[in-house]
Amino acid sequence: MTARIGVVTFPGSLDDRDTQRAIRLAGAEPVALWHKDKNLHQVDAVVLPGGFSYGDYLRAGAISRFSPVMETVIEQAKAGLPVLGICNGFQILTEAHLLPGGMLGNDHLHFICRDQKLRVENADTAWTADYESGQEIHIPLKNMDGRYVADEYTLDKLEAEGRVAFRYVARGEAAHGYGNPNGSLRDIAGITNEAGNVVGLMPHPEHAVEPLIGSGRTDGLPFFTSILKKLVNA
Amino acid sequence: MARVVVDVMLKPEILDPQGQAVQRALPRLGFEGISDVRQGKRFELEVDGPVDEAALARIHDLAESFLANTVIEDFIVKVEEVAEAAK
Repeated sequence: MTARIGVVTFPGSLDDRDTQRAIRLAGAEPVALWHKDKNLHQVDAVVLPGGFSYGDYLRAGAISRFSPVMETVIEQAKAGLPVLGICNGFQILTEAHLLPGGMLGNDHLHFICRDQKLRVENADTAWTADYESGQEIHIPLKNMDGRYVADEYTLDKLEAEGRVAFRYVARGEAAHGYGNPNGSLRDIAGITNEAGNVVGLMPHPEHAVEPLIGSGRTDGLPFFTSILKKLVNA
Repeated sequence: MARVVVDVMLKPEILDPQGQAVQRALPRLGFEGISDVRQGKRFELEVDGPVDEAALARIHDLAESFLANTVIEDFIVKVEEVAEAAK
């Protein structure tokens, strides 16, 4: 039996189907979860996908965070259930306070869509074990509210505890995907909770899992193989 | 009936690019002497029944848990009298 990984669909989710596809390509079984359903249907892990749930009204992720499914996700994430939040999913995780800090509008006030260079800073989480620490990867980024902010104390704590999971690679040509794309503090692209089971990031690994599409890379696939290995070996 | 207003502002240490864009447009419009602009949100809540301490406490909780994200924002709750003439 393989691992079952749930993907939540909120009103306004966009990347739920792509995420299911990435999970299938990695060799796990994707399970569609619905925002109004508290029941997680015995999944072994959950992905909160990208999109614009509730139109980003109030704040990105602020309304979804109170949906019935999130009650269970929050409770089980605290008990160790692996949860990955991508883009809007990351915003939902910060709004739910499963991850520290908050997400605000890009500093340049424009939507951004491009291939982005990232450095994997923590390859010990449930979702990053198939990467090498320090590895540079190239995956798509597309968002309006991608600016990660937190107070200095929280930022220092994240750094000291190795909880910055991904950083935008700041030095290099913008045309080749380098640079901080949104004004995120300390070039933070993604973070993890203390236990390493909850990870959130703005860029989209699920769009970089097949050589035939997108940037022609499969740099995002290790997210899904990492979790599969962890669940199968558990 | 009474109205309760919740004003939500980004914390002062957090960059507000929207406010900056507004501020930069001011000299072009002939407004001088405004050195900074910060943009926030205002919520107007029409409350059924009396706005007593208990009602205000509930609204405070609502503001703290939902209308504002206190990781990045501050908020204030105020009661506004609705004009009698509107009846």
